Amino acid sequence: MKSLDQLRETMRRDRVFDFVAKGEYPLSAFRHTVTPGEIDVSHGTILYVENVTVSFDGFKALNDLSLYIQDGELRCIIGPNGAGKTTMMDVITGKTRPDAGRVHLGQSIDLTRMNETEVAEAGVGRKFQKPTVFPEHSVFQNLELAMKMKKNVWTSLFANLTGEQCDSINQTMELIGLKEQSAMQAKLLSHGQKQWLEIGMLLMHDPRVLLVDEPVAGMTHQEMDRTAELLTQLAGKHSVVVVEHDMDFVRSIARTVTVLHEGSVLAEGTMDKVQDDDRVREVYLGS
Amino acid sequence: MLAQTLFKRLLKDDKGGDRMLTVLLAVLVLVPILNLLVPESSVFHLSTYTVTLLGKYLTFALLAIALDLVWGYCGILSLGHGAFFALGGYAMGMYLMRQIGDRGVYGNAELPDFMVFLDWSELPWYWQGFDMFWFAVVMVALVPGVLAFIFGWLAFRSRVTGVYLSIITQALTYALMLAFFRNEMGFGGNNGLTDFKDILGFDLQSDVTRIALFCVSGLALLVGYLVSRFIVNSKFGRVVVAVRDAEDRARFIGYNVEQYKLWIFVFSAVLAGIAGALYVPQVGIINPGEFSPLNSIELAIWVAIGGRGTLYGAVIGAILVNYSKTYFTGVLPEVWLFALGGLFVVVTLFLPRGIVGVRDKRRKKTSEAQA
Repeated sequence: MKSLDQLRETMRRDRVFDFVAKGEYPLSAFRHTVTPGEIDVSHGTILYVENVTVSFDGFKALNDLSLYIQDGELRCIIGPNGAGKTTMMDVITGKTRPDAGRVHLGQSIDLTRMNETEVAEAGVGRKFQKPTVFPEHSVFQNLELAMKMKKNVWTSLFANLTGEQCDSINQTMELIGLKEQSAMQAKLLSHGQKQWLEIGMLLMHDPRVLLVDEPVAGMTHQEMDRTAELLTQLAGKHSVVVVEHDMDFVRSIARTVTVLHEGSVLAEGTMDKVQDDDRVREVYLGS
Repeated sequence: MLAQTLFKRLLKDDKGGDRMLTVLLAVLVLVPILNLLVPESSVFHLSTYTVTLLGKYLTFALLAIALDLVWGYCGILSLGHGAFFALGGYAMGMYLMRQIGDRGVYGNAELPDFMVFLDWSELPWYWQGFDMFWFAVVMVALVPGVLAFIFGWLAFRSRVTGVYLSIITQALTYALMLAFFRNEMGFGGNNGLTDFKDILGFDLQSDVTRIALFCVSGLALLVGYLVSRFIVNSKFGRVVVAVRDAEDRARFIGYNVEQYKLWIFVFSAVLAGIAGALYVPQVGIINPGEFSPLNSIELAIWVAIGGRGTLYGAVIGAILVNYSKTYFTGVLPEVWLFALGGLFVVVTLFLPRGIVGVRDKRRKKTSEAQA
């Protein structure tokens, strides 16, 4: 009987336990409140790709792939053709639905349920291999169009740039090194400059995660160096995931490298460690 | 003062438009003087026939601006813009029809002649209200606008683009032409609406009314141009061009591309409707021929010849081609169609940016030479 009373006493719902009430452990210590749409990175990881499988007509483009990207990290992903790099990007950005597995942005946002626009809105920006900018618009206007703001018809008709917005465009132009080309039509830019402009356009959206697909393909060495500098600068404020073929470039920027092979992770670590890995040498680097 | 700053702001980077509007204003002042004040015996006298002709060109120019907005700026080649023009024209025609009252051949105050002829006993519901000018004016904008909205909503939502869209706009205007040819439609069938007497109580045949109509057409062109320029200069305009150049990209950075296409299409249709409404009282007739697909294609040729994506190029193209048309069909009627076709071929092959493009190119060359 006594124990039953004790149990009742413990289970009472109208009372707060002393150790909570005292304020020694405020409620927030027990749970992290997340507002809808906020990216919860309280565990340090911003992108969770877990056991993802995608098959096209029986061919497994991704095979039980698991990958974690830390908040603010600069990660390079390499792998031979057909290793599943592009498919992985497609899955993250909502272009392809995985057959199995989960993709989360932070701890709470499930990306596999969203379409491409929603994923972009949630904070994942993707830069495609081929640069697509608006050719007839100036660099400034390209960035203006990409800016995060209301984008319905009526607001656009009467939109005027505020000083703050101008500043943010100017800052981005400085960052991507196109300040002097501000008024130049985008079609007149060089290939490398177009790539930077596109990265700038993504940045105007202020994404938390930036997926960059082969940024230096077709670039000169100088442009490559400049791109490396830019991507390193972006890391920290954004998490940057770079898919690249060019090993010199990867070596110049990478802190952590992930090697994909046949749809799953073969090795992960620093460039040196990865290069020393026998399996990696076998499938990718040759010899 | 306010108007001046407004002009300056809208035409800041638009030298061609500035010049075009200056010429337009000069014409708007000169033509009434030459027609009304200069005696008929003088060499400088402008006949009322010419004034009406010029007024017609001005409405065509407005129509060309409407097409340039959707084609030049948004990349939607509508080959059915004549339909919106004709619908605006019919709305105005219906008002003018009701203004005839009992002065028709049958002397029926309630019904237009063709309805008496068809033995109709009462006015169909869709003719109600057209005896009021304001109602007709609202309909001039509303009917083309609503049609464009429904058509555009269906077409853009289904992501119909390019050649396919051009073809279905052709089908739209063709279907309307066939419908309006039918007597049962109640729009005068084959003959259309004609034999108008007066507008707002003013005799349509009088010189002063003709001049007034000419001036209103000119002002409509002026205002239409400035509003279009405002739209093109706004961020909305930049988005529209972005949609033209890289539609997927625009969608990807968060613009609802369909909405943008839809609203520029609707605005353009309204502009075309207004042009049609001004056209009808000046030529004195509207019939289903205005819906003919050929008209819409010719309209595209005006814009192509003038130069797409500049607005003033469309005005120049419309006036130039129509002037040549008037001239050639008068002097060498059998040559005209060949001339038009030839002009189109030459422009497409050698002047992809139209007549306006030639000047721009020359200017670029001189600036390069200076540099």
